[in-house]
Amino acid sequence: MYKAVIGLEVHCELNTNSKMFSSSKNEYNNNPNVNLSVIDLAFPGILPLPNKEGIRKAIKLAMALNCEVPNVVKFDRKNYYYPDLPKGYQITQMTNPFGRNGYLDIEIDGKVKRCGIHQLHLEEDTASMEHHLDYSLLDYNRCGVPLVEIVTEPCFSDEEEVVQFLENLRSIIKYTDVSEASSDKGQLRVDVNISMMKDTDTHFGVRAEIKNINSFNSVKETILYEKKRQEEILSNGGVVIQETRRWVDDEGKTVGMREKVDAVDYKYYVEPNIPLVSLSDEFLSEIRREIPVLHYERRLKYVSLGVSEKDAKTLVKSKDISDYFEKVLELGADAKEASNWITTRLLGYMNNNDKSINEVYMTPDMLYSLIDLVNSGKISSQQAKDVFLLVLEEEKSPSDIVREKGMEQISDEGKIRDIVNKVIDENQPQLETYKSGKTNIIGFFVGQVLKASGGKANPSMVSKILNEEINKR
Amino acid sequence: MNKSIEEIKLIDNKEELFNQVIDECKRSQSTLNSFVTIMDKYECFNKEGVLSGVPYSLKDNFSTSGILTTGSSNILRDYVPVFDSTVYKKLKEAGAVLVGKTVMDELAMGGSGLTGHTGAVKNPWNLEHIPGGSSAGSAVSVATGMVPFSIGSDTGDSVRKPASFCGVVGYKPTYGRVSRFGLFPFASSLDHVGVFARNVKDVAIVTDVIKGRDDFDMTTLSNDNIKYADVLDKDVSAKKLFYIKEIVESAKTEESKEVIRVFNETLDKLRSKGVVVQEVSFDKKLLECLYPIYFIISCAESTSNNSNLTGFIFGSRESGNSPEEVMFNTRSKGFGEMIKRRFVIGSYVLERENQEKLFLNAKRARRMIVEKMNELFKEYDGFVLPTSGGVAPKTIPNHEADRLDDEYLLLENHLLIGNFGGYPSITLPMGMVNDMPVGITLTCPQKEDAMCLNIANSIESVTGLKDLVCEVK
Repeated sequence: MYKAVIGLEVHCELNTNSKMFSSSKNEYNNNPNVNLSVIDLAFPGILPLPNKEGIRKAIKLAMALNCEVPNVVKFDRKNYYYPDLPKGYQITQMTNPFGRNGYLDIEIDGKVKRCGIHQLHLEEDTASMEHHLDYSLLDYNRCGVPLVEIVTEPCFSDEEEVVQFLENLRSIIKYTDVSEASSDKGQLRVDVNISMMKDTDTHFGVRAEIKNINSFNSVKETILYEKKRQEEILSNGGVVIQETRRWVDDEGKTVGMREKVDAVDYKYYVEPNIPLVSLSDEFLSEIRREIPVLHYERRLKYVSLGVSEKDAKTLVKSKDISDYFEKVLELGADAKEASNWITTRLLGYMNNNDKSINEVYMTPDMLYSLIDLVNSGKISSQQAKDVFLLVLEEEKSPSDIVREKGMEQISDEGKIRDIVNKVIDENQPQLETYKSGKTNIIGFFVGQVLKASGGKANPSMVSKILNEEINKR
Repeated sequence: MNKSIEEIKLIDNKEELFNQVIDECKRSQSTLNSFVTIMDKYECFNKEGVLSGVPYSLKDNFSTSGILTTGSSNILRDYVPVFDSTVYKKLKEAGAVLVGKTVMDELAMGGSGLTGHTGAVKNPWNLEHIPGGSSAGSAVSVATGMVPFSIGSDTGDSVRKPASFCGVVGYKPTYGRVSRFGLFPFASSLDHVGVFARNVKDVAIVTDVIKGRDDFDMTTLSNDNIKYADVLDKDVSAKKLFYIKEIVESAKTEESKEVIRVFNETLDKLRSKGVVVQEVSFDKKLLECLYPIYFIISCAESTSNNSNLTGFIFGSRESGNSPEEVMFNTRSKGFGEMIKRRFVIGSYVLERENQEKLFLNAKRARRMIVEKMNELFKEYDGFVLPTSGGVAPKTIPNHEADRLDDEYLLLENHLLIGNFGGYPSITLPMGMVNDMPVGITLTCPQKEDAMCLNIANSIESVTGLKDLVCEVK
């Protein structure tokens, strides 16, 4: 039996306003070659101007991934010729990356597994290329966009762990607001390094590197395919060759690109145009303070407050929703009630109407006041469901809706007592029945009272007062 | 014109002056060949500026928007930049009027003035001799009196050596004093912007205009807020200088001994003004390393810095069947043999298996020399040496790198110390040998530009060699 040894290189484009070493816009744009400057295009004489926000975000992510963070900014040059790289070298971090020796925990079958992060470094993205039969097209919009590369230890043994890791990583990236992390826009790209070994082997097998995989699902399929491919080669007595491969989505397989990946010598050396800048403790702790409580901790907290495991997971999937939930809690709502409203009603509404939590009319304050209206007996929980929808549809606050629609519950004891007595007086035959011992006819009276109040009487008060009055007769 | 900046400022009709200057430039081309481009339109962008209407020339490796900038290389023979170098921008803002872009050794690599793509530049003192390089045309345009000042660049000695060979003042300020933004890079950690003029005062006036912190060059220093032109006449009697015994003693030929004699005479005159000049011994082994260190570091940085010259985005592009072939053909045809040789060496010293032994050791040795110098600067205000062991040589067929004798290694290469440490360093004429000028170079501690110019001014006063002009009929 063979087992897989898998390591990842994850590339993530940062969501800064401008590019890493120029003031060109950093934005995803369908029109090619619009976000450009002489710096991006490497005209003779240009010099790099490091983007402070890019540096902050890379360090923030390194910290969120529990990495050791250096106290200097240092960049290196990686030299190679390719049309997508105008300078002929890429500014990256080789000697002093922003993160080293970090980790990220994942949960597999209820057990926590700690995945090692070897390093995290900041570099600039290259242009995107489109190859046609006898020509290639270049789009430099992406060229110079800040890119973080996260290199894991070879710590994964199957596709489930990898996908779980990637999902957790994406969640952290979003919680720390360093990237939109959209696979569709190529903002998150994964290289998979995979080799197979026998349980009895003492060292790793020969690995293949599958580059530039765009979706987590393709990552999963790539691993499944490679495990099978390499296992077949090995069990037939063959040798896996060390090579770079790529995943072909349409055909559901990986194909070889080039052999001996380690043969490329990038001739790294320190970037001479960016002087060493030291990072003060103050600067670093300021960044650390900006890291919010992450999804994992939030989930544990919600469960401890009585939210179900499933709902807690749903709530923390997006930081915006989780933040919304926490705001409702802060106002004093019960966690379980707030969670129910959000996970069943609010998320449903958002899905159906294709809206984000920031786009819906219902603010955390409104949701809290809605919950409060029910708890204080002003409206019934059935009414609350209607109010909920009306708030979203009519874009008015819950209290306005309740007032306008005359939905306020009658909780005045005297008023209810009057109605109760009136109903008893008007239904003598049923009163007799009750007195004869058939006490379950009380339900009839409750219904009549509620009807007489236009559905506004507080049901629990109705039944209490009805019991008192009917027994006086 | 033969006029100083202050004299030119008194002239009323600057446009007429400009026309005379460009006529003279054009007339000189067939004998001296110092220009790649001669301007045809008088353009003064600030009538009130410090240099309003003052004509000047600019080395052809400074980016000038809308004006051909070739780096004297075939690969950029048609390149018209779309942005201004900071130096050019500052001169425009001060009202200086560009008359032409000067011929240099191809991409600033070389010390002869013979390797520009538009042909060899001639030394006005004797047309059979080289002007020195790489800022050859700049030195010649000032030496012949065509312009009062010119801007060059100095990576090893490329301003100071030609200044010495052509009998003018050449100044390389502290690294970071003047922005390199828009200067075609040769070796970023050694590249300096420099100034040519016929007297120290003009050098100071121009340096005052072009210096200063630049947001486009991270390596620039914060402003020192000293107007250099105003402090030239400060008393120098307490100043303490040294010269290096081993370098002076390496003179072996008749000519170099004559140079040393002139040098000693100059020192005696300086002493009579109260300046202390002492002999200091310096580790000869380290001095012998100057040239190899320079060659390794500069070739390594230059191969990377010039990797943008592929013909894809700008410059002359050759055809080919693939992007790689286009790049290969463009570079093969575009660069001269000397350039390719340097790139090959640069690439070799950066290779994984050589980097430690060659490139990194060269950087360590560079630091050792700088540390020793800084140690000496604790006691001394600067050091003086003959700029070269002789007058401008006749056209030399063999590349100087093949010469490894003592006199060459020491007497011809000590200017590199100024680039290694980023020290302010100025060359000025000290006398005539065989009817040609020879220079003296003063080098001061980092950031002491004001003091360097102050002492240089007093050297100028003792030599009396101010405003030398060599007109060619």
